[in-house]
Amino acid sequence: MSQGVLIFAEQREGDLKPASLEAVTLGRELKNQIGGDLSVAVIGAKSSSLSSEFKQYGVDRVYVAESEELKYYDGERYSAILTEAVSKAQPSVLIAVASAMGKDIAPRIASSLDAGLATDCTGVEVSGGKIIATRPVYAGKAFVKVRIDTDLQILTIRPNVFPQKTEGDTDPEVVELQIGKKKYPVSEVQNIKSERPELTEASIVVSGGRGLGGPENFHVTEELADALGAAVGASRAVVDAGWRPHSEQVGQTGKTVSPNLYIACGISGAIQHLAGMSSSKVIVAINKDPEAPIFKIATYGIVGDLFEVVPKMVEAIKNLNS
Amino acid sequence: MNIVVCMKSVPSSETKVKVDSDGVSIEQTDVVYEINPYDEIAIEEAIRAKEAHGGKVTVLTLGPSTASQNIRKALAMGCDEAVHLICENVELADSSAVAELLSSSIKEMEFDVIFCGKKAIDCDNHQVPNRLAQLLDIPAVTAIFNLVLTTESGSAKREIEGGTELVTVNLPALFSAEKGLNEPRYASLPGIMAAKKKPFEERQVSLGDEKLTILSIELPPPTAEGRIVGEGPEAAGELVRILREEAKII
Ligand SMILES: Cc1cc2nc3c(=O)[nH]c(=O)nc-3n(C[C@H](O)[C@H](O)[C@H](O)COP(=O)(O)OP(=O)(O)OC[C@H]3O[C@@H](n4cnc5c(N)ncnc54)[C@H](O)[C@@H]3O)c2cc1C
Ligand SMILES: Nc1ncnc2c1ncn2[C@@H]1O[C@H](COP(=O)(O)O)[C@@H](O)[C@H]1O
Repeated sequence: MSQGVLIFAEQREGDLKPASLEAVTLGRELKNQIGGDLSVAVIGAKSSSLSSEFKQYGVDRVYVAESEELKYYDGERYSAILTEAVSKAQPSVLIAVASAMGKDIAPRIASSLDAGLATDCTGVEVSGGKIIATRPVYAGKAFVKVRIDTDLQILTIRPNVFPQKTEGDTDPEVVELQIGKKKYPVSEVQNIKSERPELTEASIVVSGGRGLGGPENFHVTEELADALGAAVGASRAVVDAGWRPHSEQVGQTGKTVSPNLYIACGISGAIQHLAGMSSSKVIVAINKDPEAPIFKIATYGIVGDLFEVVPKMVEAIKNLNS
Repeated sequence: MNIVVCMKSVPSSETKVKVDSDGVSIEQTDVVYEINPYDEIAIEEAIRAKEAHGGKVTVLTLGPSTASQNIRKALAMGCDEAVHLICENVELADSSAVAELLSSSIKEMEFDVIFCGKKAIDCDNHQVPNRLAQLLDIPAVTAIFNLVLTTESGSAKREIEGGTELVTVNLPALFSAEKGLNEPRYASLPGIMAAKKKPFEERQVSLGDEKLTILSIELPPPTAEGRIVGEGPEAAGELVRILREEAKII
């Protein structure tokens, strides 16, 4: 009989992904409604040291797979280990974050355990003991409510949407997991670090569009981003023009972001761009065209030349902070 | 090298979504169906793999009969053969049922490499490629923006938060395409002519058990009327004040 909730807590090189605590908090709320235990699974080279991070989150049990061999994410291996955690915990709900890792591991597990999976959820409720998930479709132009009909119900949740809350102080039991062998002969994984701030997790994003005029001008938006501790995004027009890397593209065929604050500089607000950022809590638009569609969804707007407005904003922010 | 590319026809990214009267799907009138943008990248990568290593590319679609137009486009780009599994109402279908149908069709083919898009921009599921790879019992690397393919293996890069993963797997394997992998070509006129004569198999299928049930589809709540803070650089200070004092987010 499946019971309770298991969270796949994501870590890289010993750093727990902050959004995993959002998943743990959601897991606790669900378990309070459906019964059973709240467990967490951590896989990686330095995973056992992370179990203490769950003390304040009402976690009953932490499943740990620790080995140097697991230093880097390997979908095939990690999913085999997580499958073992599922067979031990027998949860009725498994939750991961809809991150690069979570998006990859969740369908693997769902397939090998023949379970239903709702990806990138922005809302989760319980009805008649079953999970009802709300998830965006058509790049957020609509939302579906889906019921997951299998015994094991798997969810990935969008980062930055569910709040994170501590509760109580528990001493979770630690259970070790088998590492297992590799199934496919060659599979080498290597992390290449980059210094880029992470777009999908940042609480503030500053994006630039064609209004910046050329790649040499992006220091203007970068300075604003630095003053705010924000990540940098871009419209597809500037990515396609080769001004900015693909990894910065926000929109229907780029990243979906939902930061607390999204600042669009010199971006017209095409439907495909809006699809990637319209769920941001506060949207600021700076555009010299008062008719630009971006103003229709902006919380606050300034009509003006971004080359004049943005440096003034940087100045004002620096004054605030000094 | 035998290459299979999975392609879905999806409402164009410009579509203004309206909920259908049934409450669980969107209105089809005026919707233009295009090749899923990520699948266009997958098709391009498949054709490049064929150009480098020889062999053939089979494009596989599960979708309504109207999807055949886009399958022709894929053939015109340079795919060699097409298999169309005809089934209405797959737009928001559960990925496990979709992957089942695709995998049983692929199992009848010879394949060394399978290309997919990272996700379909209608259902946004991001599930089919990994499910497919599991059903076929082959390794998968998803959302890749770079691939070095030999006749034995593929080394692919995928973007992760704050970095890149480099994953090498032996063939047969599945790769799903992220933007940046390549720039898809346009179909040439000779390509369009040639497409008409290429093998095109059609088969009626029906979806098996779905593991998710759609209860409703809704539009997002309308955003509150925005506020123009002002014009020109003079407004910058006021905007910053509002963000700090009223919105309390900086
Ligand atoms: C299949 C498909 C998928 C797509 N996916 C995406 C996606 O994921 N993301 C995306 O962004 N787009 C996407 N697009 C492209 C989208 O349709 C638009 O072309 C693109 O978003 C436009 O980018 P932009 O706003 O930077 O450029 P433009 O539309 O050219 O807008 C530039 C804006 O800058 C303003 N401006 C100019 N100079 C200044 C100045 N000095 N100061 C202030 N303002 C100034 C102008 O008034 C204008 O509004 C997609 C399109 C298709 C067909
Ligand atoms: N109906 C379909 N027919 C063919 N390929 C599909 C279909 N649905 C999904 N795919 C493939 O799986 C990828 C990811 O889709 P999804 O998991 O639905 O977001 C797509 O980019 C396609 O390559």
